[in-house]
Amino acid sequence: MFNYTFRWNQAFNALPRLLEGALVTLEIALLSMLIGIVIAILLTGFRLSGNALLSAIARTWVEVARNTPALFQIYMAHFGLGAFGIHLSPYTSLLAGIAFNNAGYLAENFRGALKAIPDTQTRSARSLGMPAIQAFRLIVMPQMLRIAFLPATNQMVWAILMTSLGVTVGMNTDLAGITQELNARSFRTFEFFAMAAVIYYLIAKAVTLAARALAWRMFRY
Amino acid sequence: MIEIHDVRKSFGPLEVLKGIDLTVNKGEVLTVIGGSGSGKSTLLTCINGLEPIDSGRILIDGTEVHAKSTDLNKLRRKVGIVFQQWNAFPHLTVLENVMLAPRKVLGIPKADARAIAVKQLSHVGLGEKLDVYPSRLSGGQQQRMAIARALAMSPDYMLFDEVTSALDPQLVGEVLDTLRMLAREGMTMICVTHEMKFAREVSDRVAFFHQGVMMEIAPPAEFFGNPQTPELQKFLSATH
Repeated sequence: MFNYTFRWNQAFNALPRLLEGALVTLEIALLSMLIGIVIAILLTGFRLSGNALLSAIARTWVEVARNTPALFQIYMAHFGLGAFGIHLSPYTSLLAGIAFNNAGYLAENFRGALKAIPDTQTRSARSLGMPAIQAFRLIVMPQMLRIAFLPATNQMVWAILMTSLGVTVGMNTDLAGITQELNARSFRTFEFFAMAAVIYYLIAKAVTLAARALAWRMFRY
Repeated sequence: MIEIHDVRKSFGPLEVLKGIDLTVNKGEVLTVIGGSGSGKSTLLTCINGLEPIDSGRILIDGTEVHAKSTDLNKLRRKVGIVFQQWNAFPHLTVLENVMLAPRKVLGIPKADARAIAVKQLSHVGLGEKLDVYPSRLSGGQQQRMAIARALAMSPDYMLFDEVTSALDPQLVGEVLDTLRMLAREGMTMICVTHEMKFAREVSDRVAFFHQGVMMEIAPPAEFFGNPQTPELQKFLSATH
């Protein structure tokens, strides 16, 4: 029989705390994207360097990041490294795990975008007297950005949602962590998690819409 | 002056240039004809150093293109090239496409670069299309834009690699007209082409390439009127 009584008051009273958690969530997602982008650029460079070792490192990273659960990646950053005497805080291990995942996906995204730009673009730029780096910066990179942009915003949404996995390594200051803590204290499971879900949804939606607006402004061609 | 001395070049086991000797003087218009795979396009990309050569020498105004000490980026400023596929930069407007290299490579101030670009674009009949993106242009218009883009660098030499081959037949004329105009203005040009009528009209000399060898080179009247080798006779009868 259904005999659960909804008590939304408690959940609404906790809203400020949940929103504080949402800020932490957003912060981790943003940082993990920034780190992910930097590493992805390096991995893409490794992949195209022609060096067998660098290329193997990049391929392995991409394979592992894309073909194992994000949960395990975060676990590894926390408990796995812990086994080697490297102890990261829940915040750092969550950030590291997601950044690792982001880098793998973004590296593939960047590599695909780069391959989508015909060599003849570089050739034309070079034949106008541009040095290789200038040709890349002025001709290849802007076109690559456009191709890579929307998949990268998807990854940002994923990063936001992945932060909720932090509860498994004891993360208690992000949205999922605070929700879990409030739930444990009050047992108003449905109310708190429903509120949290709505907040996750709104953040993800806001990111997608902002990205679309930005893309519309940036890529007019 | 462009001097080509015994240039050889292979792609893997395939030798595409088998010892080419050729001199193009200032102000001269040379057209190069020949079947596909005859090496004529490869020669153009070797002249501006986009392709390395295996042996021989190419000199532009006395500078050896493939010497280690040669600054290719600097050399390319005076040798413009336009390809069969026009390669517009899709993320830039027509005006920006043409302004970019004068500004970033030559360091010309923005306003001056703009004036140069507007002048060149008007010259090729695109003065009304300055602010559109290349995707809105026809193939012929994109090709003319590519010509304006090369001309904006004020090159001393222009290389045209089958610039009408990828165009719809009705658009070929407008691009050839642009080339005719340049020839009249005294630009030094090497045009690889399949347009026989054009070659006959604008060239000072016409060269015939066959399987990596330059079989004949002569002024158009002689070239078309009295071909010496059986290969050229066969080629001309097949294309007429």
